Amino acid sequence: MMYGWLWRHLPGPTVVRVLILLALAAAVLVACFAWVYPAIAPHMPFNETTVGE
Amino acid sequence: MTAVEPAEPAARRRSRASRVVYGVIGVIGEILITLGLLLFGFLVWQLWWTDVQGNRAQAEIVREVVREAPPTVAPSPGSTKPAEVVAKPRHDDPPVLKDQKHATTFATMQVPRWDGEPERPISEGTDRATVLDVLGVGHYEGTAMPGDIGNFAVAGHRTTYAKPFNRILELKKGDPVVVRTTTLDGSEGTDTWYVYRVVSTQVVPPTDVDVIAPVPNEPYAKPTKRMMTMTTCHPMYSARERFIVHLELDYWAPVSSGTPAELVSNAG
Repeated sequence: MMYGWLWRHLPGPTVVRVLILLALAAAVLVACFAWVYPAIAPHMPFNETTVGE
Repeated sequence: MTAVEPAEPAARRRSRASRVVYGVIGVIGEILITLGLLLFGFLVWQLWWTDVQGNRAQAEIVREVVREAPPTVAPSPGSTKPAEVVAKPRHDDPPVLKDQKHATTFATMQVPRWDGEPERPISEGTDRATVLDVLGVGHYEGTAMPGDIGNFAVAGHRTTYAKPFNRILELKKGDPVVVRTTTLDGSEGTDTWYVYRVVSTQVVPPTDVDVIAPVPNEPYAKPTKRMMTMTTCHPMYSARERFIVHLELDYWAPVSSGTPAELVSNAG
């Protein structure tokens, strides 16, 4: 599957692959916290807290 | 168990077809798991990280505000901290700030009942992107300024974005809320303490905007009292209703005359 495909295309021994995956996951998380989540938060239904604006 | 061996080509065809089907299902499953993890990450961000960021930013705003320091006297024997001077309450007409520009921080507020909560900045405006999410407490534009006749109405988050009004349910009748004005230009009403006391609370639907009318809940009445109103979301983690606290001015004092007794006893 897609993670299997990713795993097969990563270079190096298992330890290196695990480390690369962890780094990738961390990068995705940082990107989400910095840009993705702040961008989608205003569109969440529970965030409609003001009237008439 | 005995089974009839199927013909070679048919079996190969079937296994190739099933491999494609399982492959598609597997990818969909992985996408769903990934989406689930990302949504969990969103919850962590919304419920925790916005508080961390907000508290940091609001503490920074309060720290950077340029303002007069209340006078202190030399430390009493056995104490290392200089003692605060208790401000003399004044009940005459207080000075009042002029209207402020949008997103300008012009005051801070402290609630002694919320022991452990930091001093929060109050800024002009109540929209989320420029005030409530980033600056803390917001002042409803067009409502009275601190100390004035009418209704000094403010809004704050109950949860998330540093949740300045998180502990609003703890407020009891008679509890003080201390507002301290601070503008850079030294205009009338700056560097003044305004001590309000809780008179009533109510829960209303979000559309009930009369709670911030000059006379709370009486939109056509002419104001005579110096009121303050705090609004926030209710119940927690929901925007279904609003929790409203009405307060009335007890007294005021210039910052140069000392610190309100409500804050001194709290610090001691």
